[in-house]
Amino acid sequence: MPLPVAVGLEGFYFPTVIRLSHVYKTFPNGALALKDVSFQVGKGEFLFLTGHSGAGKSTIMKLLFAEQQPTSGDVRVSGYNVSALKRDEVPKLRRRLGVVFQDFRLLEDRTAAENVAFALEVTGARNDTIAARVMRALTQVGLAAKSRAYPRELSGGEQQRVAIARALVNEPAILLADEPTGNLDERASRGVFQLIRDINAGGTVVVMATHDLDLVRQTPYRTLEMREGAVVYDSALDETDGGARQAGLS
Amino acid sequence: MRLLTREALLTFRRAPLLSLLSIITIAFSLFTVGLFGLVAINLREALRDIEERVEVIAFVFRGTPAETIAVASSDIAAFPEVQAVDYVSEAQALHRAQQELVEFRDAYRDIQVNPLPASLEIRLKEGFRDAATVEAVAQRLRGFGFVEDVRFGREWVRKLDSLRNITGLVGLVIGLAFAAVAVVIIGVTVRLTILQRAREIAIMRLVGATDWFIRGPFLLEGALKGLLGGFLALGLCYAGYFLFRNNTTAALADLVFFGPVQVALLVVFGALLGFGASLVSVGRHLRNV
Repeated sequence: MPLPVAVGLEGFYFPTVIRLSHVYKTFPNGALALKDVSFQVGKGEFLFLTGHSGAGKSTIMKLLFAEQQPTSGDVRVSGYNVSALKRDEVPKLRRRLGVVFQDFRLLEDRTAAENVAFALEVTGARNDTIAARVMRALTQVGLAAKSRAYPRELSGGEQQRVAIARALVNEPAILLADEPTGNLDERASRGVFQLIRDINAGGTVVVMATHDLDLVRQTPYRTLEMREGAVVYDSALDETDGGARQAGLS
Repeated sequence: MRLLTREALLTFRRAPLLSLLSIITIAFSLFTVGLFGLVAINLREALRDIEERVEVIAFVFRGTPAETIAVASSDIAAFPEVQAVDYVSEAQALHRAQQELVEFRDAYRDIQVNPLPASLEIRLKEGFRDAATVEAVAQRLRGFGFVEDVRFGREWVRKLDSLRNITGLVGLVIGLAFAAVAVVIIGVTVRLTILQRAREIAIMRLVGATDWFIRGPFLLEGALKGLLGGFLALGLCYAGYFLFRNNTTAALADLVFFGPVQVALLVVFGALLGFGASLVSVGRHLRNV
């Protein structure tokens, strides 16, 4: 079966898939969530966002899938300018993204397959293609055998895999994962993380927010550390990678 | 389309109690509107009976040739306001007087010369039975040379006028008030449904559903609930009408129920209420997320 090639995949061919320039975000209560954040993510890249709770990781994630808009500065994702995105353009951007959260966000009254199919149905996919695409996504995350299980019948790790399958089923250019292992035990964490690495190996850009430094240290991926709304360390800009990286993460 | 229907129907299965509550709320709101509507149409029916008796009588000069009257009759019948013109000859007038005025029957029998004039009795079409039109028609009749005098119940027609205006106005105000209450209540129940499904809406938005796609099932669901509520209200109205008619005096036994058009209106109104309330509630929710 041919893959559905999305119109305007031009974003995918840009060397830079995500670009933030001098981004500030102030919340309505006056709190400054982001201070002059600038970074780029290239095609095929895997990026860790690290930092303590409240450092601004989740705010960056929300900007990336246009849940929020920056107070000032420029946010570009897959060819879309989030800073100036109209409300009716938000769904178009999101169809190019897969988003995964710490709390899975599955619909409790639908089976694993129905949860995954939901993402295809709401985007108007052809009915006769849905079942096959759902099974392929579930197979990719290793849950084909549990397609008829409801979320409550699945372990945390399995639920997160369903969420990842849902994020993948539209074949997104970018996977955004906000603390995907935050609710999982170590074993399940490792499995889910390996799955996300495999997805990246297939060419999908991954941005993963986490405070699990062990996970970060085990891998060679680029790391951006946030503190009080600012980027305090970017491993890509660090020539003496090893030493400074240790310092930055300490 | 299939997905839309499935998602809309899923709510009834997932939240049967809340759905039932919504339908009953809509039904009772519409029941109130419907009951008032029943009172209004029965009042109008009663008024119409009275209105039918509005007529203008043009008395004719004695000795006017029959042909003149015949020609004039057809002219008058061609007035846009006129429903029918009846010629009552002198002899017919006398006969009628003898029939209707029983007390004077003997007096009429004894007289040698018929004192009653011939007349044209003009009945007006529905919608032209108000004081202004009646006055205008009377004025035109006075223009005919053979017409001696024109009579109509001036005060009576005027009272009928104000009665009609008051019933119409009161009906409109009370009807609108109850409809507004219904909209608010339906809005609240839809809001409850939306809050219950806020998580689902958030997920739909996350995976790239458009606002209209998200609205769709809610709108269909609202319209369906309104429709069911409308049918229930109709049933309640009929039960009320039936009980009232069978337990009151004979004078009220000829009460009427809604015609097919009004039945359809009530049900469609219910569907529109449900649809509108959903549109507003979902719109407000989506603006805030």
